[in-house]
Amino acid sequence: MSIEFRKVTKRYGDVRSPLVVRGIDLTVPKGTLTTILGPSGCGKTTTLRMIAGLDAPSSGQVLIDGADVTLLGPAERNVSMVFQSYALFPHMSVIENVGYGLTVTGVGKASTLQRARATMESVGLAGFDERLPSELSGGQQQRVAVARSLVLEPSVMLFDEPLSNLDARLRRSMREEIRTLQQRLKLTVAYVTHDQSEALAVSDQIIVMDAGLIAQAGTPRQLYEQPGSEFVAGFMGEALLFSATAHSDGSVRLGPLSLRPRRAVAPGPVKVAVRPEAWAVGEARPGALAAGLLKTACLGSHQELTLSTEPGEIFVVSPDVGRTWRTGETLGLTQAGGGVSVVAAGAGPKSQ
Amino acid sequence: MPAGRTQGRWLLAGAGLGLTGLLISGFTIGAAGWSHEWLNTAFGALPGGQFGIGLGGALALLALLMLLGAGLARLGYFRGDLFIAGAVVFCAALLLLFVALPVGKSLIGAFLDEAGSLSATALADRLAQERVWGLNCLVGGVRCGVAWNTLFLALLTATGTTLMGTLIALYAERGNRRLTKPLNVLALLPIITPPFVVGLGLILLFGRAGLVNQGLEWAFGIPPTRWFYGLFGVWLAQMFAFTPIALMIMRGVVQGISPGMEEAAQTLRASRLKTFTTVTLPLMKPGLANAFLVGFIESMADFGNPIVVGGQFAVLSTDIFFAIVGAQYDQGRAASLALILTGFALTVFFIQQRVLGKTSYTTLSGKGDAGLVMPLPDGVRKLCLAIAGPWLMFTVAVYGFAFAGGFVQTWGRDYTPTLAHFRTAFDLQWGAGSGAGLGASGLVWAGTAWNSLFTTVKLAAIAAPICASIGLLISWLLARTRFAGQRLFEFSALLASAIPGTVLGVSYVLAFNAPPFELTGTGIIIVLCFVFRSLPVGVRAGTASFKQLDKSLDEASAMLRAGTATTLRRVVLPLLKPALAAALVCSFVRSMTTVSAVIFLVTAENELATTYIIGRVGNGDYGVALAYCTVLIVLMSAATALIQFLVGERKLGRRQAS
Repeated sequence: MSIEFRKVTKRYGDVRSPLVVRGIDLTVPKGTLTTILGPSGCGKTTTLRMIAGLDAPSSGQVLIDGADVTLLGPAERNVSMVFQSYALFPHMSVIENVGYGLTVTGVGKASTLQRARATMESVGLAGFDERLPSELSGGQQQRVAVARSLVLEPSVMLFDEPLSNLDARLRRSMREEIRTLQQRLKLTVAYVTHDQSEALAVSDQIIVMDAGLIAQAGTPRQLYEQPGSEFVAGFMGEALLFSATAHSDGSVRLGPLSLRPRRAVAPGPVKVAVRPEAWAVGEARPGALAAGLLKTACLGSHQELTLSTEPGEIFVVSPDVGRTWRTGETLGLTQAGGGVSVVAAGAGPKSQ
Repeated sequence: MPAGRTQGRWLLAGAGLGLTGLLISGFTIGAAGWSHEWLNTAFGALPGGQFGIGLGGALALLALLMLLGAGLARLGYFRGDLFIAGAVVFCAALLLLFVALPVGKSLIGAFLDEAGSLSATALADRLAQERVWGLNCLVGGVRCGVAWNTLFLALLTATGTTLMGTLIALYAERGNRRLTKPLNVLALLPIITPPFVVGLGLILLFGRAGLVNQGLEWAFGIPPTRWFYGLFGVWLAQMFAFTPIALMIMRGVVQGISPGMEEAAQTLRASRLKTFTTVTLPLMKPGLANAFLVGFIESMADFGNPIVVGGQFAVLSTDIFFAIVGAQYDQGRAASLALILTGFALTVFFIQQRVLGKTSYTTLSGKGDAGLVMPLPDGVRKLCLAIAGPWLMFTVAVYGFAFAGGFVQTWGRDYTPTLAHFRTAFDLQWGAGSGAGLGASGLVWAGTAWNSLFTTVKLAAIAAPICASIGLLISWLLARTRFAGQRLFEFSALLASAIPGTVLGVSYVLAFNAPPFELTGTGIIIVLCFVFRSLPVGVRAGTASFKQLDKSLDEASAMLRAGTATTLRRVVLPLLKPALAAALVCSFVRSMTTVSAVIFLVTAENELATTYIIGRVGNGDYGVALAYCTVLIVLMSAATALIQFLVGERKLGRRQAS
């Protein structure tokens, strides 16, 4: 285990101020990438800063590579961090920025230069040595920030929403680069984001946080397919939640529909989470959920539909882009396959 | 022993034992045996006393303090950071020893009656006097109490200097770029002159023998009067003296405003004027409040101007001076006046804190920002020009007269040009042959002013770097670290800034004239006085800059395994260059030009430039005084330029408007 939290809490200010992190245990296995995911204000950045040593826990222990580092400062922990704002030193050139960690730890000049150059090359920044950060584009600044933390070969690398300042296309390629780099160098990475698709794309493990607590931790697949609570189901993949009734044969009744969840549950009232891609849209017919088409948008690869039904408005993603969709027409919704999971009724504090 | 809590406890115990021992032995045994009578009766008289703490003692004290810091850090305070722990303990000890102790000692004097025992009525009697709180001037009487005078003057000066400083800063940074350079020189002039130069220049203009009065007499037959001496004169002199300080603060603030925000506002269809009023000005708000506060405190603490042009208009600082130095020698009265003055200063500070709350405008972010600064809106530019322009012209005129005063025989009577005053003060001779019995050969510093000049430069040059580094260190500790007791720490740093020079000077004389800290009459006490007198400027310059520096820059450096000290040296300091330069310049210049604090501390061997000049002015020897001032101005411009050059500009790679 590379990073381990034991019953960590954090409050800013004196004992009267509220807890930002309300007692969490987490582990980040060596050589894996773990994302900490959650809405803003859930305590994910605070958690990251406690790994970094920038904030000290109010109680509990932080362990890195088995050693208790709770009381150590950031410089003594063998971690490095890429900041959301990049925090490049505006008065230093790119090469000085990248080499900074080496110079201040007493590495010789020649070796610093060589290692900094090599790292810059590995992130695709060769030849930018003498530029100032303000003369670089957003993506280049991001690479400098990554190179600057990489050059120290830390045992743990932290990313604080590293892609939030980039445009969509760059975001995708940068997140792939980060993932490739992590796998190639077998880095242990903790990565904070509020974007669930980013989390799903890069992670070995996802930790979903809500209101200072860990809502659920697991592989991307587990979280997506077996959300443990309403909150996780809502947060992962825009699933909509419905009140339904489970039957003893394992099916769940939602209005006229009979849904098949992945796991059977005890009979009784339940909450069922259905993802936008789990719906099949067809002509209105008996046994299907009647739905009026409100809005539609073609995104090239798929069609986004907003439908009004008896349980409420439903957002659906349909692969059928060939069909002509007309607002106002009446359609029928059925279950297409997976993407339906049952959450025990009232299992989460929030629903979205 | 491994680093940890146990080690911390041992360190703490050792340091505590050492410090207690040192202080007990220091405070109980005076120069002539036991310091307190009851010790004599308890242990019998000592055969001899002891001297004050010397260099070795100071070193031991420092070492013990560092051990204390290390111990606290090991116990988990200050997030375990040895550097921060050491810095906090060090700064706290400095503030305690050189501000709290002397000032506390002298302020307690306000509670002592004639016999020297504590008495509440003594304080009440002194505080409630008509001379302090009277409001006669409002109902047609002759004068108001000194407290009201001081407040009113400070309000006028602070408002005026903030406004003027802001206008000039805006015009210099955002207006006509071609005028920036000459404006710089002109605006710097008041900074590098002793405060009373302005007073003297104004007297040459408006005084009884001044040009204006003489002109009026010649043209209209109006007999010259002393109309200029009083509130108006002091206010005008303070405007010249303190506007540059506001200007320095505001320039840093204007430079730090990220162009991106203004560009954003303009793309949101805000006109230039709208952008200026809704984005630029609000971003400057902490800076404005800061400039106002500094102006207010400077004005309240000012001594040189009220004493030169105040006439019958009394303020607290001059009253304190006369209470100590004058025939009355009433230490209790001086202390109670100082108490009022300190109370005012603290009140101002808390009002400012309340108004500003915890607003922080981080405009120099870690993300490289590119953008063009917005030129000033036309209306604002014209306003700046209309107000700042005449002020600058007037400045030139006043300085012109002050210069001229050093080159004429006797102002008002005999305008023959002469260099005689310079010869008196700064004569140089070749000693060979011209033996006055000493047989000196080579260069002889024959002028009467050389001695005081050398002393002043030496002491100010020692004080400036010390003051700048401590000031920036304190502002960094306040802005970037969180530790238990920080509020208290901030309060003591603030107390240092609220102490007027007169009070500080008197306190030093009273507190450091006996063991264990026996410094009276030495150069060290003057250096210390310089340092702690200019400290607030350094702290404020630093605080204003830190408000605009993204905190994640420090954190990024820490993450890259730079120790706290390295982070300060490699990242913070280069980005703080403007503040560092300001702190160095201000400290040096203030030390060279201060009168109030050091007037009690100088001795024959440690005479300073300002006290020498004041002495000359007292003798009516305006020519030599003004000649000396001219030399000081030249010297300090050279020093300022040198400091600016040595520190250099910070490079941020922002695009320049072509």
